[in-house]
Amino acid sequence: MKENRRFKIFEIFKITKKDAFSFKHEKKKIMSKKNSKSKFHIVFYAIVITLVLLIPFSMSHSTESSENKKKKEEKEEVVHHGENSNCFKCHGKHKYTMLSSDSSQSITRLMPSEYFIDTVAYYKGTHKSFKCSDCHSEEYATTPHNGDLRFEPIPSCIDCHGGDPEYEKYRFEQIEEQVQKSVHIKGCSDQFSCWRCHDAHSYKSTARENLNIKELIAYDNGMCLKCHASSVDYMLFSENETPNLIKKHDWLPNQANHFKNVRCIECHTPIVDSMLVGHNIMPKEKAVKGCVECHSSDSRLMHTLYKFQAKERRNEQGFFNGAILSGDSYVIGANRNYFLNVASIAIFALVVIGILIHGILRIILKKKNNVN
Amino acid sequence: MSTKLYLYPGWLRIWHFINAILCLALIITGLNMQYSDPNTAFISFATAVKVHNISGTIFVFNYVLFFIGNIVTVNGKFYWREWKGFFQQMMAQAKYYLFGTFKGEHTPFPVNENRKFNPLQKIAYVAIMYFFLPLVLLSGVAMMYPEIIIPELSGMSGMWLTNLAHIISGFIISIFLLVHLYFCTFGTTATSNFKSMVTGYHE
Ligand code: HEM
Repeated sequence: MKENRRFKIFEIFKITKKDAFSFKHEKKKIMSKKNSKSKFHIVFYAIVITLVLLIPFSMSHSTESSENKKKKEEKEEVVHHGENSNCFKCHGKHKYTMLSSDSSQSITRLMPSEYFIDTVAYYKGTHKSFKCSDCHSEEYATTPHNGDLRFEPIPSCIDCHGGDPEYEKYRFEQIEEQVQKSVHIKGCSDQFSCWRCHDAHSYKSTARENLNIKELIAYDNGMCLKCHASSVDYMLFSENETPNLIKKHDWLPNQANHFKNVRCIECHTPIVDSMLVGHNIMPKEKAVKGCVECHSSDSRLMHTLYKFQAKERRNEQGFFNGAILSGDSYVIGANRNYFLNVASIAIFALVVIGILIHGILRIILKKKNNVN
Repeated sequence: MSTKLYLYPGWLRIWHFINAILCLALIITGLNMQYSDPNTAFISFATAVKVHNISGTIFVFNYVLFFIGNIVTVNGKFYWREWKGFFQQMMAQAKYYLFGTFKGEHTPFPVNENRKFNPLQKIAYVAIMYFFLPLVLLSGVAMMYPEIIIPELSGMSGMWLTNLAHIISGFIISIFLLVHLYFCTFGTTATSNFKSMVTGYHE
């Protein structure tokens, strides 16, 4: 694509070159070699100048991902619990086979998606060292499971992590407080729990461990879309039809680009400085619906999507909001380059001053010449 | 120079008029977006985006008018003719602007039916019209249809590079506009060039 576009620019040059030749003919002068050279010089210099302007920016763009990959790989030694494999025999596959009580017959059924565990994701997740029975009743060891077991209380995040100094930086207490205030709890309290968004069986602290912003965005938006883009899952909480997200957001210019480059929560949760990710999902009327909240030097994105990176790498590179640049996206008004700003203001000022001085001299000296 | 030369045909004047208005609108809204600030916004961001997009779209068509006009009419020759000994000519013109004009000298390259532009004017017009305007337009159109931008080019975001090309060329065009306005006062009288652009006749 890019090649093509570049090609187009050159095509324009080609046409105009031809054009120039034909006019030369008209004048019946043969173009000397020197002539064509000087014209190429002009084009050449124009390109060189632009490239020179580009170089400082290209150099400052960092390559960080390899380090993170190494870190990630180190962490990935997996402990498989023998006991879990009993459960995963059925719950780790999309189908399961059951024997009749006298073992004379067997039937095979689909495993409901709600009860299916992706074992690969499980052993990559934060809770990979857990046994199933750490959270679920030991009684599940017998099959078919006793139906009443469904009513067993399942611990939520705060039950294990609350008040634990080791997990302080995650602010579980604050998260719990915010979730209680959010529309999810207010709108569908009895059905809602942490696990509706964060699957305990595959959960990973993506915002802290994965510095690839694109993956983080896809992962986080996936949580919302699981219900908000599905009429089936949405039904669990509401009698209403699933709102059409594309239509609801049609006021956003370049909608697809926005959806790929920011998360739902950027606009739908208030910023809390002490937390990495706000958990108070607001009613839609309170969502941010402006441009400059993100498109400005004090971009909201620095306090949400890029918060983690912003803290880690504060304005290196001479960029305002340098962290945003590492995410492969360009946020008009938020991505400003300090040097480019200063240089452009300086050039602008010099030009204005130059014109003023020249103009004033012209007026004064003209009068003098006239007098003489 | 009492004889009147018809140097600015109607299509050129229309093109130039639209071009100038849109250019101003684009610069103002463009600056407003680049330096957007919720507290001191001159125009709201959303309005700026809308005006910028609409003006930019018309600007593209208007540029096509200029481009074709310069191919099919004789106006193109003023841009692409007489590049022989161009460097010396440019120096002579620069010398005139730096010294000669203050001493009341006459311009070394007076306008005639074969030469509408002096060498410095010519190089500026060619660079702007055939390099920076296409660059700003192509990058602008690309950002309106971001799907066509390649996502990555040697480790850099394609979007980011496209934008950079857009702001840098936009900035250069803004500077050109300032200088252009000033040098347009170098007519027979300070206002005669502006009149020419309205009437079509060089005086
Ligand atoms: C308020 C804005 C502007 C004013 C008052 C203005 C004024 C003028 C005047 C008086 C002329 C005739 C003198 C000459 O031929 O050099 C002229 C020509 C020209 N201007 Fe402008 N201009 C403006 C904006 C622009 C802009 C934004 C561009 C391009 C980006 C531009 C490009 C040109 C070109 C290429 C010519 C030569 C046209 C030809 O004769 O082929 N002008 N302008």
